[in-house]
Formats: sequence, structure tokens, C-alpha cells
Amino acid sequence: MAIREDQNRFKSIVKGKVREDFKRFVTNGEMIGKREDEFVKIPLPKIDIPTFRFGAKEKEQGVGQGDGDNGQPQQGQGQSGSGQGEAGENPGEHILEVEISLEELAEILGEKLELPNIQPKGSSQMITEKNRYSGIAPVGPEGLRKFKQTYKKALARYISSGAYNPDDPKIVPIRRDYQYRTVKKTQSPHTKAVVIYMMDVSGSMGDEQKEIVRLESFWINTWLKKHYKGLETRFIIHDASAKEVSEDVFFKTSESGGTLISSAYKLCQQIIQTDYPTSDWNIYPFHFSDGDNWSGEDTRLCMQLLKEFFLPNVNVFSYGQVESKYGSGQFLKDLQKEFLDDQRMTLSQIESRDKILDSIKDFLGKGK
Amino acid sequence: MANLTLELELERKKICQIAKNCNLDFFETIFELINYDQISQFASYGGFPVRYPHWRFGMEYEQLSKSYEYGLSKIYEMVINTDPCYAYLMEGNSMMDQKLVMAHVYGHCDFFKNNIWFSKTNRKMMDQMANHATRIRRYIDRYGYETVEKFIDTCLSLENLIDRHSILNSAPSFKPAKNELRESDYTFAVEKSYMQHYINPPAELEKQKQLQIERMRVKTRFPEEPVKDILSFLIQFAPLEEWQQDVLAIIKDESYYFAPQGMTKTMNEGWASYWHSHMMTKHILNDSEIIDFADHHSGTTFMKMGGYNPYKVGIELMRDIEQRWNKGKFGRDWENCDDVRERKNWDKKTGLGRDKIFEVRKIYNDVTFIDEFLTEEFCVKNKMFVYKLDKETNKFVVDTTNFKAIKSQLLFQLANFGQPIIKIEDANFENRGELLLVHSHEGLDLQPNYMDQSMRNLFAIWKRPINLVTMMENEGAMFRFDGKNYTKHNLSDSKDPEMKD
Repeated sequence: MAIREDQNRFKSIVKGKVREDFKRFVTNGEMIGKREDEFVKIPLPKIDIPTFRFGAKEKEQGVGQGDGDNGQPQQGQGQSGSGQGEAGENPGEHILEVEISLEELAEILGEKLELPNIQPKGSSQMITEKNRYSGIAPVGPEGLRKFKQTYKKALARYISSGAYNPDDPKIVPIRRDYQYRTVKKTQSPHTKAVVIYMMDVSGSMGDEQKEIVRLESFWINTWLKKHYKGLETRFIIHDASAKEVSEDVFFKTSESGGTLISSAYKLCQQIIQTDYPTSDWNIYPFHFSDGDNWSGEDTRLCMQLLKEFFLPNVNVFSYGQVESKYGSGQFLKDLQKEFLDDQRMTLSQIESRDKILDSIKDFLGKGK
Repeated sequence: MANLTLELELERKKICQIAKNCNLDFFETIFELINYDQISQFASYGGFPVRYPHWRFGMEYEQLSKSYEYGLSKIYEMVINTDPCYAYLMEGNSMMDQKLVMAHVYGHCDFFKNNIWFSKTNRKMMDQMANHATRIRRYIDRYGYETVEKFIDTCLSLENLIDRHSILNSAPSFKPAKNELRESDYTFAVEKSYMQHYINPPAELEKQKQLQIERMRVKTRFPEEPVKDILSFLIQFAPLEEWQQDVLAIIKDESYYFAPQGMTKTMNEGWASYWHSHMMTKHILNDSEIIDFADHHSGTTFMKMGGYNPYKVGIELMRDIEQRWNKGKFGRDWENCDDVRERKNWDKKTGLGRDKIFEVRKIYNDVTFIDEFLTEEFCVKNKMFVYKLDKETNKFVVDTTNFKAIKSQLLFQLANFGQPIIKIEDANFENRGELLLVHSHEGLDLQPNYMDQSMRNLFAIWKRPINLVTMMENEGAMFRFDGKNYTKHNLSDSKDPEMKD
């Protein structure tokens, strides 16, 4: 198909393999979509052909519709009035909602990743037994009668006995046709795991850094959730102080302030101690930062926490450091000094957006 | 007929007949049933099966197909303005969806055939596009992929510099300013004839005449009138090689082909939605489909807070017009009536609604449509407002619900179809063969970095320095790209971007 040629050409331009002159018109946008209950953030490269066009102001004003009085804020952002220009060129197309994804998505989801060193834990390896109404039986209370199955059975009986008349498709079930839902016991071994994400949102983390961290933790989270049923997740953001937030907030928030990494570690410790006894849980803390901690004092405190609490109690502690213009990146070096050979600690450095996939492989790649 | 399943074909016949009974008048419409991959491909090609090779189609395709694969969007229908009309149905859509799409498509086809802005479009564009593809492939074979691609990119950067209003006129011709030598240019006015020799002595007269001729030779302006159709001008006068000229002509042709669709988006979608809704609810739907239909229809005409949905505005305006003309809410009596209650209960039983909307779909475009039929009552009823970005909170807030403000904002968005108005003022600027462009500033600045690059691209075609007069941050400025440097001069004397010579 000819379109494949164009598609490949586009991809190689985006990757910068050809046409260097175009590089500055490649924008790395991304979009947040909603799939089922989860937010999906998908990177979306685009090349803009420069034309004479209006500047940003155009998007600051438009006509909308809905309840509202002067000065009342509108929901959402950036849903500015379109209906002109590009969007208006092809009237035949009718798209309900556009969000775009990249091959990286497929690549990551298809990747053989795993939670390293996962162990059967949880209520001392109890096998849970669940009752589900997924079985079918010929007897049961009327309240549990399955209409569809009963009808099918009756229909089959009619057809096989030759009584079925297509022009008057009346089906009367008799007792023998009745089908009921019934309890079916399913057994499943139980392994409990919790992943705790910690993100540095301090002032030294620029928008780009935060974006990288969010993208990476998002993908890790998406992948793990898909592959480990019943995985629990907790989210912590920190600057000079730490707080637990919802998933939604974690992926959207932007704050600023100083950095005390220990604050996050302390909160994480507290969460683990109260909610996740190590005998029952596989615990995976992930921490992302630019590595620019406020003081050596605090770093020492972190090392102590890691040594005395985290490493003995968690399965693997993962630390990802994103490169930043302002940050010294000292924290990673400190960690390397202390724990380089420790199997229970995974360190990864994320230099840029393009390295996110590699970093995820560092954390979750097989053979750890 | 195409590859519809028997079931769909029966429905198609039925719907086609219903559409005809509704007095819709369309070219023969051929439906093709295709899968999502094909529909993504066609959609990225602007609806056509074959286009010239270019990465931007690949970009479109990447976005469409990926977003479909991850369940984020879905193209329901696509129709192209040709004779016969081609429309695509997607495999695997529900029967109700297919019927809805067919009804909608017949609405579009009627619009394509009858709206005046489409009267000059090439209805054999399918062949034309394939033709373009062949020509460009030939150039690629001869001059190399990258050379041709680069030139296409340059052309696409100027693609919007066309004169959308010239669609109905014949090909433009560019003339230098008239250069007649008038006696009044070099003689003094004489009240009394006997003073003639004294005021205008013959010897001096001859001298003045020569001077005037010389002055005019210098001052000859070209083109005579400012040119809005910049692409056509460049094709004729820029020092291009033959193949480049042809490529530029291809870009121009396609740009003009799509222009009327951009000019009538709101009307076209409104018209098609009006008819699909009418046909579906009155004739086509069966009981089991009504909920799905309502769900889908409201999804299409749903207007997000702070969003502009042409489907919604279009269909509501169409219905409003029909209702007004049915009840006789037009003309002098109506305009002069100030009594709210009387206006509310106004019903002259004129019953002209249907006729009126047929007339509207024939002779209006989005700008004239909104200008003429958007009424204060309509805005109030539909709770329309103008929103603005509040810089402090970075949120959009309702700025005003004032009718005039809404209308002027809408018209501004639609005027020149969201594109800045830029004209060639002088193609021999400073008598050095430079190009002088003037941007008619209407409140919005041009985006500086894009302007810079577009001027470079224009230079690549014109090969002489490019000058652009516009306003930047409330100051008149002239930007200039001379092949090496990009410079800005403030025009301190006036706020008026017109150049005086």
C-alpha cells in the first residue's frame, strides 16, 4: 500500500534519520485519553509545516456554548474554538475523539517485562477460593433462572423436533428446558504485591523532567496493571515535604519547592508499616527524581532509611534519575557508591524522552 | 454497484429513494464497504484512493490508524465531492450506524451538487488526483525523492495563500498598472485659454513630458492591484523550472479543490445532520434502533464546554431558519416588533421553512450564513458565549454573552477561513524585483517563527528578497528576508500597515 511508504518516510523524518532541516518542526506532543477508567497518555510526534498563520492569541478566544455567566470558568483547557483552518478542510470526516498513540506503546506492552524477584506471599500462601455464579444447572431457585439459556434450549428442542415455524416463531419452554445459574468454585493462589511510586515535584524539576517521569511511571503502571491482577498501587509526591495523592493527581500535578527526599521515604515507610506487612506482601517502591537533594544531611538520612528499612523489607527498590539542567544529579552517585552491587536496588538514569523505554527495561527487564 | 452486502444494498436503495422523496438532489452516490485500515488510508489521503507520495499523508495515517487501534476514535463516514460521489462505509459498524451514515452522506451529496461555492469544482477530481500522483512520481524518478519532497514542502508552506473568493471567477490575470500618459500629469491647469502659452510654454512642456515619462517608467507598479491569489502569481512569474511550476500548480489545484469544503463546513455538516435526523426518525429507524440513534446523534452534535461544533451550530441554525420561515418570523413586521410576548407567539402560518432552507443551502457559505441567520434569540436559546483565556488562572472563562460580541467572534473565526489575509502589493519593490507583501492586520499578530520560515520558503521560490508589512505587538513593522538575513524594521510613523510610496 502506498500509504506505508509515506508512513515510513514520516517515521524516519521524526526520528531524524533524514531531513535534518525538519527537526525543529517536530513537536513531541502528547495527549491524555481515557480508556475505561484509566487515563492514557500517549506521545504524539507531529511535524508542522510552517505557514503564515495567526499567533497564539487566536486560541485564547472563541465561541462556546453552555450554561455560564460572565467570568465563570470553563471546564477543561485547550478545547478552544476550532472549525476553521485545517480542521475544516475535509467535511466528510467525522471523528468522535482523537487521541493518538505511537508504536512505542505497542513496543512496551509487548515487551517481556516482569516484576523482578516476585515471591509467593500473602496470608501464608493461602489458596483463595472464590464463589462465582458462572455455572449452569438444571435445577435452582426461580430467581436465578437464566432466560437466554432456557430459551436456547427450548429453541433447540423445537427445531430438532420439527415443531419450529419460522413464520410464527413462538417458543414455549417446558420444565426440562429450564436452566439456572449456579455457584462455581474457583481456586487461585494468591500473591500480593504493592507498587509505591514516589515522584520529586520540586522546583528543580522542569516541565520536561516531570513529563518524562510521568510518562515513564505511567507506562510502568499501565504495564504492571495489565499483567498483574490485583496489584495495589500507591502514589506519593514530594518536594520538601511528602504527601500521598491519588493516581489522577500524581499524573497531573505540578508543584514546586525545595527537595527533601527523606520526606518521601519516611512517608513510604509509614505506608508500608501500616498497610503492607512484609510477610504478606511483595513490595516495590519506585522513586523518580532529578537527584538534587537539599543537603548532604538529608541524603545521609535517606541512605540510613534505605539500609535499615527498605532493602531488608522490600523486594526491589527502584530509583530512576532524570537528567536536569539545574539538578546536580548527586543522589544517584551517592546511591551508586553505597549500593552498586546490591541486588535489591535498581538504578537507572533517564537522559531524555527517547531513553524512557530503555529505562523501563532497566527496571523490569528479565534476568534481574 | 460497489461491494455492499445484500442487506446494505437493500437499505441503500430504500434510503436513496427516501432522500429523493425529500427533494434532495444528488449525483449518483457509490458506497464502498471497506475496513478500518483502508478507511484510515483514504482519510489520510483526504478521501481519495490515490495521492502523490508525501510524508504528511503518512503522518495522518499514523494518527488515524493508531487512534483507531487503541479505541480512541473512529471514522464513521467519509464522502468525496466528485461525480459520481464516492462514500465509504466501515465494515463492522452496526446496521443502525450504516443507515445513519448513508442518510448523512446523501445530505452532503446534495449540498455538493447544489451549493454555489461548489459549482466550479472539478467533479472528476478522483482522476485529477491520480494524475497529479503520476506527474509527481515522474518528477521523483527524474530529480530524486528528496529534491522533489523538499520542493513540495516549500509549496505546502504557502498553500494557504490563495484567494478563496476567486473560486467563482475565471482564471486571474495580472497586469501592470495602466501607464497612460495623461496631459494633466505634466501641465498646469489653465483657466483662461489666452494664458496657456504663458503658463505652459511649449519648450518647458516638452521637458516636463520627458520627465514624466521617465518618472512613470520608474514608478510602474506591478501588479496593478494587490494580489491575493499569491500561488497563481508565483506560478506565472517566479523563476521556476518547468517541473517546479507544475508541482506548484498541483498544490494550488488541490488547495482550491478543498477550499469550498472549508468555506461551508458548518452549513454542510448542519445540512447533512438535519437530513439524517429527519430521514432516520421519520422513515428509516425501527423501534429497536431508536436509542442507539439518539445516542449517536447526540454524540455527534454534542458541544463541549468551550468548544465549537460545526455539526451542532449548523443543524440548530438550519432548524431555526426552517421554524422561523414556517411561522413567518421574518421581514419588516417581525423586525419592527418589540413586544416579547408577541414575538414569542408569532405564527403567521407561512409554511415557507422547507423552501427557505433549500434556498439557503444553495447560495450561502459559512460567513454569509452566520451573518444573516444568527439571531440574538438563537444565541440566547442555545446559551452561546464568548470565552477568553484568563492569563492568571490559565483557564478559559466566559467573557460575555453579548450577542454582537458572539457574532463578531464567530465571523472573525470564519472570515477568510481562519487564515490571515496577505496580498502581494508590489512584485518589483524598490525597483529591485523584490516582493512586497502586506498583511491586513485585524487584531491578531502572525506567529513570528512560522512567519520567518514561510518567508524563507517564499524566497526559495521567488529568489529575490521578501518583504512583509504587518503589525507586531501593536506596532507596524516590515520584515525582510534577503536570502541570508532576517531583519525587522519598525514603521514608526503609522499604525496603518499600508505602505506609502
